[in-house]
Parts: sequence; structure tokens; C-alpha cells
Amino acid sequence: MIDSLTRPDPDQIRRWLEEVPDPEVPAVSVMDLGIVRDVQWDSNELVVAITPTYSGCPATSVIAFEIEAALRARGIDRLRIERRLSPPWTTDWITREGRRRLEAYGIAPPAENAGGPSPFDRFLRKPLAIACPRCKSENTERVSEFGSTPCKAQYRCRDCLEPFDYFKCI
Amino acid sequence: MNAQDALVEYLLRLGDNALILGHRLSEWCGHSPALEEDLALSNVALDLIGQTQLWLNLAGEIEGKGRDADKLAYLRDARDFRNVLLVEQPNGDFAVTMARQFYFDAWHYLLLRELTGSKDPRIAEIAAKGLKEVTYHLERSQEWVLRLGDGTEESHRRMQTAIDDLWMYTGELFASDEIDRAMVQEGLGPDLATLHEPWLGLVRATAEEATLSLPQPGWAQKGGKRGIHSEHLGYILADLQFLQRAYPNATW
Repeated sequence: MIDSLTRPDPDQIRRWLEEVPDPEVPAVSVMDLGIVRDVQWDSNELVVAITPTYSGCPATSVIAFEIEAALRARGIDRLRIERRLSPPWTTDWITREGRRRLEAYGIAPPAENAGGPSPFDRFLRKPLAIACPRCKSENTERVSEFGSTPCKAQYRCRDCLEPFDYFKCI
Repeated sequence: MNAQDALVEYLLRLGDNALILGHRLSEWCGHSPALEEDLALSNVALDLIGQTQLWLNLAGEIEGKGRDADKLAYLRDARDFRNVLLVEQPNGDFAVTMARQFYFDAWHYLLLRELTGSKDPRIAEIAAKGLKEVTYHLERSQEWVLRLGDGTEESHRRMQTAIDDLWMYTGELFASDEIDRAMVQEGLGPDLATLHEPWLGLVRATAEEATLSLPQPGWAQKGGKRGIHSEHLGYILADLQFLQRAYPNATW
């Protein structure tokens, strides 16, 4: 039984959560992706706030389940997972380490500074120069706005000819 | 109708638009002209179904009769659906699907952008979440209107036909009734008429670049927001609701 003397520090809990992989992109953790918004104790109950990447992302409930399982395995028996919608998740919350891991895994990390002009402010937004995660060439082309998951687009490198996923910037 | 009932109605409209269009797009799964398009349409559908859950859960919560998003989606009949007629129109060919999407996305984008300033923080946060997704939906459907309109003779002909045929369903997007007016009064939602100019500006500029001609504003087909639907909705619901109707309370 955890009480105010034995309960682990939220920083320690965050470090534990760095070991929980994202179910769809297991190269990065839920902490790397910026999905975990808050970790704090509400007397002797631990409250973990998570945010969905996309409103229809089917991984969100799996992520909640895996966080719960990981923390129960660490002896935290009273915990509550809260879903938080605001502010909406942005790829700017992916950590530097997360970006490095994505690239090493073969997924081009998102361009920094999400947002940009709205489709109404500029007639057509220009495609960004996305570097190939394999050969680093920026001579790449977008094949499709969507890839194997909503968060990724499909690209192809014109130099090394390798197709690759790009983690969309939102 | 009191303020709470009006709000529930309004949320049902937002949720039902996303649900019915999401379902329509999911019908392309496994049938698209190319694998990339299959993935793209399914992913847009997934975004819309995600937004549906947020809107309908909120509607059910405010209604307070124990209905959640699933109950509202699976256990209402056609007359109780509040989506605009545009989104229930059949997929047709790829040009029809993309023209329908472009008309809707451009409006949806403007509407959600306004709703991010809603006085109700629950509405504002769902709108902010959805707006990010709808931004790339719009970019994509706009690209397809350009590509097909300014493409081959065949693709141009098909896109022009789609733009013409769906035009009469766009008027409903900007027509306000007492529910919309109640939302404006409470500071919860925008005056729909104010969305018309920017919408028309984008649609006109896109059509021009795509070498398409826009029909003249004219008579608009309306009714969906009040539950008066085309025959298509019943068929959609027969498919969408089959499992819950055949096996009530079945769970995954």
C-alpha cells in the first residue's frame, strides 16, 4: 500500500514511463511523443493525464492500458488515467531524443514549428523539404499525404530511391 | 426549446456530419483507385469518426439521458439524424467523392476555426483538436479538385459534373435556423452566414485554377439539419447500425 511517505516522486514515474513504447511506433516512448501531459499525486492516487495525437487514433486506449500496466508492475495500485484534449497535441512536443529515435528507425521526424499558414491564407501550402532518413538527401517527393497510420505521410527519396515514412507536422 | 436542448441539437449536427461523412469515406476502403488513396480516404474517415466520438459523447453528456456516442450513432433512426444533406450523398466516382469532400472541408475548416472561440470550453477544445486534422483534409481535397479539374479531358468532365451536381447541397451549410441563432446568442457558435464569403472565395479561386466553372448560386436543397433526409441516409444506417440492431447490446 502506497502512502505519502512511500509514494514515488513524479519525476521517477516519468522515467519509468520513458520505457513504455508507443504501440504503433515502438521506436519511441510515450514520453518521447509528448503524449503524457501530467503526472501527479492526488493524495494517494496517481493521476496521469494523456492526450490523443489524433482524435481518431486507435492507439490511444492501448496507450492508456500500457501506461497503467507499466505502473501497476511498479507497485502503484491506485491510479487514474485522465484524457486531456486541450491544448491539442502538436508534433512540437516530440522530444529531441524522440526525433533522433524516429530518424534512426527510418521515419523522417516532423518539421519543427507546427501550424504555419492556413489553407485560406495562402492558396496552396508549399510542400516542405523533407530529408531522407537513410541518405539525408532533401531531394525527396511526397507519394501520399497518408501512410500506415494517420500521423505519417509517405515519401520517396529521389537519390537513394528508398521509400520512407514522414511523421506529419501538426 | 430551452438552451440545453438547443445545444444538444447543435452538437448532434456537428457529430452527425462527421459520422455520416466518415462512414461514406470508409465505403471506399478496399475499392480506391490506388493503395495510397485507399489509405488516405480511410485515414480521413478515421479522423472524422474520432471527431464524431468527441461531439456525440458531449451531446449525450449534456442531454443527461445516459446516451453515449455509440448509443447515439447506433440506436437513432434517420429522422433523428441531424447531418447536412451534402455528406450523405453517394460516393459516385472519385471526382464526386473529392468534390463533396472539398465543399465540406472548406466549410468545416471555417466552422471549426470559429468554434475554437466558443464560450463553452468543451466545444472550443474539440474544435481546436479537429481543426488540425481538417486543415490537411482540406489541403488534400483541394489538390484533387485541381488535379482532376486541370487534368485530362475525361477527369475534367467528371470533376465539372461533380461540382455541378453537388452544388445544390452547399446552400444548406450557410442557412441558419433557430438552433444556430440560439448558439450565436449564447456565444457558443458562429453566424453561419458569415462563413459564406470566405468559403466562396476559396471555392472560386480553386475552381478557377482548376479550369472549372462554378454554378450560379441558386435554389438550395435543405432539410438534413431538421431530420428530413434523402433516401440515401436510410441505406447508410442499415449498414452502419446492422450489428446493434441484429444483436442488441453486442460488445467487442
